[in-house]
Amino acid sequence: MSAETPNPAATEAPVPVAGRSVMKRLVTNPMGAICLAYLLFVIFLGLSSPFLAPFQPNQADLNAVNAGPFEPGHLLGADSAGRDILSQLMWGTSQTLLGSVLVLTISVAAGVTGGLLAGFYRGKFETAADWVNDVIMSLPSIVLLIALYALTGPNVMVAMAVFGLLVAPTYYRLVRAVVVGVRTELYVDAAKVVGLSDQRIIGRHVLWAVRAPVVIQSSFILAAGIGIQAGVEFLGLGDPKQASWGGTLQNANNNIYNNRFGVLWPALLVTLTILALVLLGNVLRDVLQSSARNKTLRKDRRRELARKAQQERTAATSDLPAQDVVLSIRGLRVGYPDGPDSVREVVHGVDLDVRRGEIHGLVGESGSGKSQMAFSTLGILPKEAVILGGSIYQGGEDILADDKSMKKARGHRIGYIPQEPMSNLDPSFTIGAQLVYGLRAVKTISAKEAKKQLTTLLAKVGIRDPEGIMRLYPHEISGGMAQRVLICGAVAADPDLIVADEPTTALDVTVQAEVLELLRQLSKERGLAMILVTHNLGVVADLCDTVSVMKSGRIVEHNDVESLFEDPQQDYTKELLESTRRVELLEV
Amino acid sequence: MPSPILEVKNLDVTYTGRHGLSKKVINDVSFDLHPGETVSLVGESGSGKTTIGRAILGLAPVTSGSITFCGETISNISRSERRRIARGIQVVFQDPYSSLNPSMTVEDILVEPMQAAGASGGRDRVRELLDSVGLPSDSGSRYPKEFSGGQRQRIAIARALALDPAVIICDEPTSALDVTTQARVLALLKDLQQQTGVAYLFISHDLGVVNLISDRIGVLYQGSIVELGEHVATKPQHEYTKRLQMAAPVADPKKQRERRAARLKLLADEKVGAGRL
Repeated sequence: MSAETPNPAATEAPVPVAGRSVMKRLVTNPMGAICLAYLLFVIFLGLSSPFLAPFQPNQADLNAVNAGPFEPGHLLGADSAGRDILSQLMWGTSQTLLGSVLVLTISVAAGVTGGLLAGFYRGKFETAADWVNDVIMSLPSIVLLIALYALTGPNVMVAMAVFGLLVAPTYYRLVRAVVVGVRTELYVDAAKVVGLSDQRIIGRHVLWAVRAPVVIQSSFILAAGIGIQAGVEFLGLGDPKQASWGGTLQNANNNIYNNRFGVLWPALLVTLTILALVLLGNVLRDVLQSSARNKTLRKDRRRELARKAQQERTAATSDLPAQDVVLSIRGLRVGYPDGPDSVREVVHGVDLDVRRGEIHGLVGESGSGKSQMAFSTLGILPKEAVILGGSIYQGGEDILADDKSMKKARGHRIGYIPQEPMSNLDPSFTIGAQLVYGLRAVKTISAKEAKKQLTTLLAKVGIRDPEGIMRLYPHEISGGMAQRVLICGAVAADPDLIVADEPTTALDVTVQAEVLELLRQLSKERGLAMILVTHNLGVVADLCDTVSVMKSGRIVEHNDVESLFEDPQQDYTKELLESTRRVELLEV
Repeated sequence: MPSPILEVKNLDVTYTGRHGLSKKVINDVSFDLHPGETVSLVGESGSGKTTIGRAILGLAPVTSGSITFCGETISNISRSERRRIARGIQVVFQDPYSSLNPSMTVEDILVEPMQAAGASGGRDRVRELLDSVGLPSDSGSRYPKEFSGGQRQRIAIARALALDPAVIICDEPTSALDVTTQARVLALLKDLQQQTGVAYLFISHDLGVVNLISDRIGVLYQGSIVELGEHVATKPQHEYTKRLQMAAPVADPKKQRERRAARLKLLADEKVGAGRL
């Protein structure tokens, strides 16, 4: 509850990937299906060469020297020695497949194992493994492979094995980073406590987390392997007696003046195969790392909904709110996409009035829609949220009706106090810089003047050394202090209304009492109205004048604070009160 | 009085930072826990309450002092030794979202401890566990993300119960839950204690919650226990406990007004007292 996110969809963890559904989603994705089909075709080409290839790889046919494409018997033509290009490519395919699988096996074995161990145990092993990986990454692989030729002679498989070791750091870094994150997860701690051995924790919990990134990376590594192999062969470092993609390309290239089309086929094969693998990698990333259902709304549908809401607004006979009302919400409805066409409504037509100087408590449990109300008022709903209808009047204008009045209201007339003080301060700027920047964005005053005003105000919100604090960075102050700084920023522009979203939930109870005291004092001094979103009925009893109780997107009960606590009408309010009072210390 | 099942004596925990700077987070903490009893440690952030729990579980290093479970020392022992002796201490963590592996079904999560212990029972035991924490018996084949926060915490409790532990360390088990859910989970923990006789070490920041569930309460402040006893929540002796108690707002505007006044008076008195010194 304390971590209520504005977006219900965002709370969902990435889907656990079960083998079958991944395959299904891969095939139903058009790009994935095309890439997969092409790669299967290449594999078929390689495996079937002993049976289907029209010629042996080195079988020369002197009648067909430099034959062009589509000549009888030689579909793709023949090279300068009269060898059939199609047959050479087919025989070369198995060679290429073998080479890239070798690269993959060796790099995964070395990189993933190293990354798992380094990330899980850390310490000296990690330091050493990091060093080794840095050294390997600094080696130029092509130069190394050429140098290797002097040692081993024309042996592409050895070259590929070495290349596998050279790309292993890619896996190592990827896996280590993921594992370092996973090892601090509570479920790993829980596994330790129930007595699982390290091998089982790694095998069961950690390996699962690295599975998806490794699969995606493998697609790219296979592509790199094929490219390097063709390159090495093209440079003439391959075995000339064996057919290969790179070798065929080299022959055709040397003979380009006699047979212009010879280079086309091997070049096309290498390019398309690499392209298919890279694109497959991208599709795999989408399939493995996105959430289960596609929950983005189609753009035209979104526009249509916005238009409908606007029409409703203009059609509505607006009963103009009373004079002293600073904020008036009428029939607010908010929804979130459920699919490309459907929207799930989470706030169902809520009305709310806040008068000058009134502190209005908006209570409810997680998912009740209370934060959605606050975010709508501030115009900071998550991007995918849709306002389905209703109006928010602020100073006589409907701030939902056009963006300009929303911008004008925000900061000037409405201030915001967030739940997490620390994450709402930018860690790379000093407190002073942020406050001055914020104030000058809404008021046309000099930096010096802004600084002077803010220093006075900081002292007022209970900060003892305001000038010293202005020079500090957010990480140098406590959470309670940060919340005071944010309160200072919210009231600096002298707004009529403050929206405070669980302003004390992240704070210790003793600090909470101080912050509540401060809010009460500010409201009294400045005639400031406040919407206080909270789950804590104690906080409401302490600070608020009026209360609205929210449940599943509706206000179920609304009253002044004393009547509501003394004589709750709704069963839900009673249940909330009872649950709260059960864990309360009354006898002081 | 029977001998304590868990005994913490003069516990110190010091973390060494990057540049050899060390920070003492737990300072000379001693307490014990008897079978079937609930002892709570209450304190604010940075008081070290979670570190004590983690030290007992072997997840944080013990710098000096000793922790004994059933008469055997369990501080600074190897993982394999811990597996042998300390299986009787289990845990329920605060965050029901990251404490369950999202890729495992509920059944896999509950079977895991039993497999690790080489215990049998399997499916029947899973159904029994789900039943005891009030979840439908067909929950086993579902994934954690299909459950609400309160239900997930029930799954975590079932996992802790799987090995019939003598002690469960509850590290803020209800602070991430809604208040109505919190009430239900606390009632469940009490029921389970009556049925199984398990002892709880309950860690929380909320004096009210602690008062409801505990036999004895220890108040932590900056790594030390400032007060430990049966009536700490209702009749606090130490100044800090009083401040803590006064700071929690009551869900009743009139009573809260009185409490607020009392708190401000207490703070003013303290200031005067400090001024005189």
